[in-house]
Amino acid sequence: MPDTRRGVLQSTAFRAFAIYALCVGLLAAGIIAALFWQTNTLLARMTLQGLAAEAQSLARLSATAGPERAAALIAERSENQRLGLYLQIDASGRKLAGNLNRWPPELAGSAQGGLFRYERSTGGDDTFIAVGVPAVLADGTRLLVGRDLEEQRGFISGMRLLLLAGIGALGLTALAGGYLASRPLLSRITAMRRTSEAIMAGAMSERIPLDGASTELDGLAASLNAMLDRIEQLMAGLREVSDNIAHDLKTPLTRLRNRAEAALRDARGATAHRDGLERTIEEADELLKTFNAMLLIARLEAGALEESAEPFDLGRLVADVAELYEPLAEERGLTLSHDVEPDIALHANRQLVGQAVANLIDNAIKYGLPGPGAKAPRTIDVRVARAGAEAVRVEIGDHGIGIAEADRARALKRFGRLEASRTRPGTGLGLSVVAAVARLHGGNVRLEDNAPGLRVVVSLPIKAQATSAPAPEQGAADGRQRVAAPALRST
Amino acid sequence: MRVLIIEDERETAQFLLKALKESGHAADVAHDGEQGLAMARQGDYDVLVVDRMLPKRDGLSIVRALREAKDTTPILILSALGEVDDRVKGLRAGGDDYLTKPFAFSELIARIDALARRAEPQESVSRYVVGDLVLDRLSRRVTRGGEPILLQPREFRLLEYLMRHADQVVTRTMLLENVWDYHFDPQTNVIDVHVSRLRAKIDKGFAEPLLHTIRGAGYTIRAGHA
Repeated sequence: MPDTRRGVLQSTAFRAFAIYALCVGLLAAGIIAALFWQTNTLLARMTLQGLAAEAQSLARLSATAGPERAAALIAERSENQRLGLYLQIDASGRKLAGNLNRWPPELAGSAQGGLFRYERSTGGDDTFIAVGVPAVLADGTRLLVGRDLEEQRGFISGMRLLLLAGIGALGLTALAGGYLASRPLLSRITAMRRTSEAIMAGAMSERIPLDGASTELDGLAASLNAMLDRIEQLMAGLREVSDNIAHDLKTPLTRLRNRAEAALRDARGATAHRDGLERTIEEADELLKTFNAMLLIARLEAGALEESAEPFDLGRLVADVAELYEPLAEERGLTLSHDVEPDIALHANRQLVGQAVANLIDNAIKYGLPGPGAKAPRTIDVRVARAGAEAVRVEIGDHGIGIAEADRARALKRFGRLEASRTRPGTGLGLSVVAAVARLHGGNVRLEDNAPGLRVVVSLPIKAQATSAPAPEQGAADGRQRVAAPALRST
Repeated sequence: MRVLIIEDERETAQFLLKALKESGHAADVAHDGEQGLAMARQGDYDVLVVDRMLPKRDGLSIVRALREAKDTTPILILSALGEVDDRVKGLRAGGDDYLTKPFAFSELIARIDALARRAEPQESVSRYVVGDLVLDRLSRRVTRGGEPILLQPREFRLLEYLMRHADQVVTRTMLLENVWDYHFDPQTNVIDVHVSRLRAKIDKGFAEPLLHTIRGAGYTIRAGHA
């Protein structure tokens, strides 16, 4: 605990409280001191005024009713009043009446009056403080009217003590409040710090504890936890991806290495070396294709299309790509047919959509042959049709071996690759690229059972996603010229 | 043909220089953007090969500077980047062709040849003739030895492109880009099937084949024995 206590005292929250308490304390002390001074002055002035008034009234009495009458009154008051001090002396300084024994030396030449000390007649050597105002009576005698101040001083010093104690209590309460208020704050922050230290030390599953109350700190902790969850997910995804990449690249690299070595050892010499080198280049090109597909997926996932989106006729593009692959399909004994709805203007990257369609048709040709003995038709059907006013569906269906339902999600995953594809030529990343292209354009990909075979359905929104204007009708041809205006044009 | 290579990576630059000289071209190398632009302005080059990322001045700004000065020398942009939008940016800056690293050397040479040829004024040619094969661009008719050959529209465009670049090597990627306008990898060599169909139509039954496969590079159409 002493640790925690020191922690609290050093914490930012407590320091803020302490500074605040100090400020309030100083202000309070200032106000109280001013009040005290004011009261003291007022009290002193009122006492002096009272004394002056009494001295004057006695002087008036002496003038009107005669000195004897005044002297009698002085004597009477001297007897009865505990705090009132009186002394009447004649010109020679002899005491005529009153309860003071001698004219105080402090007021010897004073006409104004002021403070003086006196000894009480009750005895003892103690002197007491008092204030007095002198006056000259009609018969030439001198009068001193005074008042004992000991009681007033006692009151004032008592009040001073009380005020000082008050200021002290105020300060202490503020400090204690600060301490108590900053302790929970500090313990939450300490918990956050401990969690982050644990995570830095490798305990990735650690999370900041929540107290359930919907305070700002709890909100902060919850959002930090959510951030940590996201980071953990991303890291897990990254690990899976890098495992896949390592697996995908190791096999062809091994093959490439072995071929090169075999060629080098080949007894036939130069011809074999040449053959070996050429095959090595081919293998390297395949590897580069795999890398390019991976980079493409990564880029598609990373960014938006800045400049390359353009309006084009989707049906025409798909029909074009299908025609490109028709002879290839025919060679493999498959019939590739397409049925596209005309005049669907899509605002997208034409090259990427083309790549996606090409990948799907290429896959259908690779895996679309019905298994031996199966009575499925040897056809691949490509369709483009509107799906409502704002979306379009591109469907590519074959009657081949298909993809088992359990594997479908995996096939679409980033860098996902099914075992079956590892043994075939190609990067095996075709579907992942298609999924990434669809996502980039705000669409999605579904794998369906074509009974038998696989049907891939790509849905794309027709409306322009960002700021781009909707595609004009003739823009299809225009845009196409614009984006891919290569230097070498045949016409 | 004189080629200027503006490339800061020494190894790549030397590789290009050596290979260009071996294939009978004269070539110079500039290692940074400033030097490259100065040389391009002074020298009389047929083709510029410009890397996108260069010290002192980047490739695209060199292309823009030359185009603003009304310099129409064909420019091939090389890039290690392969961002989705990069090709578009390169061509908009005024580049004539765009090649992503790494590339096959045969691909680069074929493209440089094609760019140099493009600079020659032959846009108005209405007939291409290779041996006894004649392609009429206006009537869109093809004959060989006087006999008409029926081609699909796409086959016509394929032959037209090949004949326009007669005696030059044309790569599969160039065909895909220029005949189909696709700038993506078709996974399989679909082009080969189209070329072999075309070959069946124009060469079958004739003693001398005109459409040749160049191993490891692409295709070429030519008459006579070379």
